Amino acid sequence: MAQDFSRFSGTASYITSPELRHAVNVAAAIQRPLLVRGEPGTGKTLLATAVAEDLDLEMIEWNVKSTSKAADGLYVYDTVQRLQDSRFGDHDVSDIRQYIKLGPLGRALTSEHQVVLLIDEIDKADIEFPNDLLHELDVMEFTVTETGDSHSATHRPMVIITSNAEKELPDPFLRRCIFHFIEFPGEDLMTEIVRVHHPAIGDTLLEQCLAKFYWLRGVKGLRKRPSTSELVDWIGALLAAGIQPGHLATEIPFLGALVKKEEDVEAVSKAARGGATRWPGDDD
Amino acid sequence: MTDPSYKPDHAGIFLSFFYRLRGRGLKVTPQQWLTVVEGLARGLHGSSLVGFYSLARGIMVKDESELDDFDLCFAAHFEGVEAEVAALHDEVWKWLENPVPPFTIDPEWRKVLDAVDVDALRAELARRLEEQTERHDGGSHWVGTGGTSPFGHSGAHPGGIRIGGAHGAGTAVQVAAERRFQEHRKDLVLDTRQLGLALKKLRTLERVGPADELDIDDTIDRTAREGGELELVFKPPRENRLGLLLAMDVGGSMWPFKHLVDTLFSAAHQARHFKRFEHVYFHNCIYERVYGNARFSEKIPLSDLFRRFDRETRVVLVGDAYMYPGEITDRFGAIDWTERNEKPGEDYLRRIRDHFKRCAWLNPMQKESWSAPSIRLIRQVFPMYPLTVEGVGELAADLAGG
Repeated sequence: MAQDFSRFSGTASYITSPELRHAVNVAAAIQRPLLVRGEPGTGKTLLATAVAEDLDLEMIEWNVKSTSKAADGLYVYDTVQRLQDSRFGDHDVSDIRQYIKLGPLGRALTSEHQVVLLIDEIDKADIEFPNDLLHELDVMEFTVTETGDSHSATHRPMVIITSNAEKELPDPFLRRCIFHFIEFPGEDLMTEIVRVHHPAIGDTLLEQCLAKFYWLRGVKGLRKRPSTSELVDWIGALLAAGIQPGHLATEIPFLGALVKKEEDVEAVSKAARGGATRWPGDDD
Repeated sequence: MTDPSYKPDHAGIFLSFFYRLRGRGLKVTPQQWLTVVEGLARGLHGSSLVGFYSLARGIMVKDESELDDFDLCFAAHFEGVEAEVAALHDEVWKWLENPVPPFTIDPEWRKVLDAVDVDALRAELARRLEEQTERHDGGSHWVGTGGTSPFGHSGAHPGGIRIGGAHGAGTAVQVAAERRFQEHRKDLVLDTRQLGLALKKLRTLERVGPADELDIDDTIDRTAREGGELELVFKPPRENRLGLLLAMDVGGSMWPFKHLVDTLFSAAHQARHFKRFEHVYFHNCIYERVYGNARFSEKIPLSDLFRRFDRETRVVLVGDAYMYPGEITDRFGAIDWTERNEKPGEDYLRRIRDHFKRCAWLNPMQKESWSAPSIRLIRQVFPMYPLTVEGVGELAADLAGG
C-alpha cells in the first residue's frame, strides 16, 4: 500500500538509522517480509516491537526453536488431548475444531486488524523451515486440513524476520524478502542510543565510555565482542556506582558486564599490556 | 504493471546495473529486478539516488557478505551520475571496477596517487593503504619481500576510502564507495564467529548407541493405531561423532599469519559440536613426529598419534606449505637438523593421509601464490583450501562426508 510509505520513523526508545527506516517502509509498501540480520545485541528483535508501537499495531511473536516446524506456526491439532478426552467419554470429541490450536502465524493471518508478526531467529530451525513458510507468506492464506476450513488474511500482516546467520537460509526464501543488515552503530549513533537509556550521563563520561568500548571491540582475538545492549548495561552499572570520568583512564571497572568469557578477559589484559606472542593453544 | 505512473524508462536506465551485479557473481534474479522496478514505479526511491541505492540493496542483496560487492558495483556504475564523483581521476575508477589484477605499492602507484589533487584525500588513502598492508600480514603476504604485498581480489582496496572528500554521508555513490561492509565478505577472515559457523558444516549427526530416547511421534502414532493402548517406542539419541585434530605449522614463515591461525583455533576450540578436539604442532613439514606444544619440547611420534586418533578422526593441517622443496622430497631434508628423517617428508605425509579417512590442508596464503613448487608437492598429497570463511566452509563440507 502506497500510504504505508514513510510511516515508520523510530520511537522514543528505539533509535534507528535512516537506512533501516527506509527498509521497513519499503517492505511495508511492497508487502514483503523484512529480513533483518546483524551482530547479536544490535536490536534486531526490538525492531518489531518498535514498529508495532510506532504504527500502533498489535505484535505477535513467534520465537523459533531448533524443534520448530513451519506447520506448527499455523496450527496444531492436539490429537493427544482428543485421545485423552475420548477415553473418559465426558467430552464431545466429534468436533475437531476445539482441538485445533492456532499458532502465531495462524493468529496473524486470522486477525481482524493488521498486526506485526515477528519471526524471531528463523535460522534456529531446520533448513526446510523457511521453505515451508513460502506459500503462506506469499498468499497469506491457509487451510486446516482436518476441518477443511480455509482462512485468508483480511489485512496482510507486516512480517519481520530476524536471523543470526547460524545456518544459511534457502535462496527462494531470501529472494522474497527485503534484506537489511543492521550495522554496528558508529560513535554518533551510539551516543544517541546511550542518551535514550541514560539521559543523565555527563558528556565527558559518555565520551570516555565509548572510547573504552570501541577499543575493547577492537582487541584482537576476542571471542565475543561486547554489544550495544552490554554497553548500555555497563554504563548503567558505572552510573549506579558513581564512577567519575577520571577512573576510566586507568582501568575498566565492571569489566564483567562487557566481557563474558575467561579467555576474553585474558585477551583484554594482554592487549592492555601490549600484544600477545604465543601460538594458539600453547599453554606452557 | 498496470500502475499509470510506470514508465519503461525506469527499467532501461538501470538495467545495465542489474547485469553488472550478475557479472560480479551476485545471484540476482529477474523476479527481484522486477520488484525493484515496481518499487521505482511506486516512487519508493523518493526520486533520489540514495533512495534507489537502499531500495535496490534491500531487494537484491540477500546476505551481508554480498553487500560489499553491491557497493563496488554501485560506485562503479553510477560514477558519472554525480558530478563531484565524476571529477575523480579515471584510473582510480578503472581500478575500482576491476580489483582483480595484482597490485603493488610502487612508484607507479605513487604517481596515480599524486594525480588525485586533494591532499587530505591522499593522506587518507596512504593511511588506508598502510592498514591494508597490516591486514595482508594476516592474509596474503609473501614473507621477506618487504614493502610490496600482492594485492588480491579480496583485500581492502582504495575504493574503501571516502572518494569525493566530503565528510559524512553525502551522495549515494559516496556511501557506496565507503565500502563499510568489507568486513562481511566471505573471502576474508576477520571474525571467530564467521569461522565457527563455517566449521559447523563439519557436523554429522548420527543415531548411535542404545535406544533410550522416547520417540514421541512414533509412540503417539503406534498408540493411536493400537486404539489407545499405550505403546512406547524408543530410539537412540543423535550425536556428533566427529573428532577433529588440528595440526598447525608454527614459527618461521608462519608468523605473519599468526592472527589468522589464532582465529581459526578459537573458532574450532569454541565449536562445541566436536566429540573431541585436539591440536598438535609441526614446522614446515611433518616427519617422524609432531609436537604437543609450540616450543617443540613435547614430542609425539607418529605411531603414538595414530594410536591416539582413530581412522574416523578428521585432520586439518594448517600451514603455508612454503619451503625448500627438498624438505618434502629428500631424505634428511628436514629444516631442523635434529630431525634426521630416514625417508622423504612426502612419505610421512602420505602415511598421515592413509591412516585417516579424511584429511585436508588449510593454507593462509592467497591462492594466487599456490604455484610454488613445495605447495604443488603438498597438494599432490592433501586437498588444499584457502584459510578464508569460504575455504573453511568448503573444507568442512568435504571432511564431513563419510
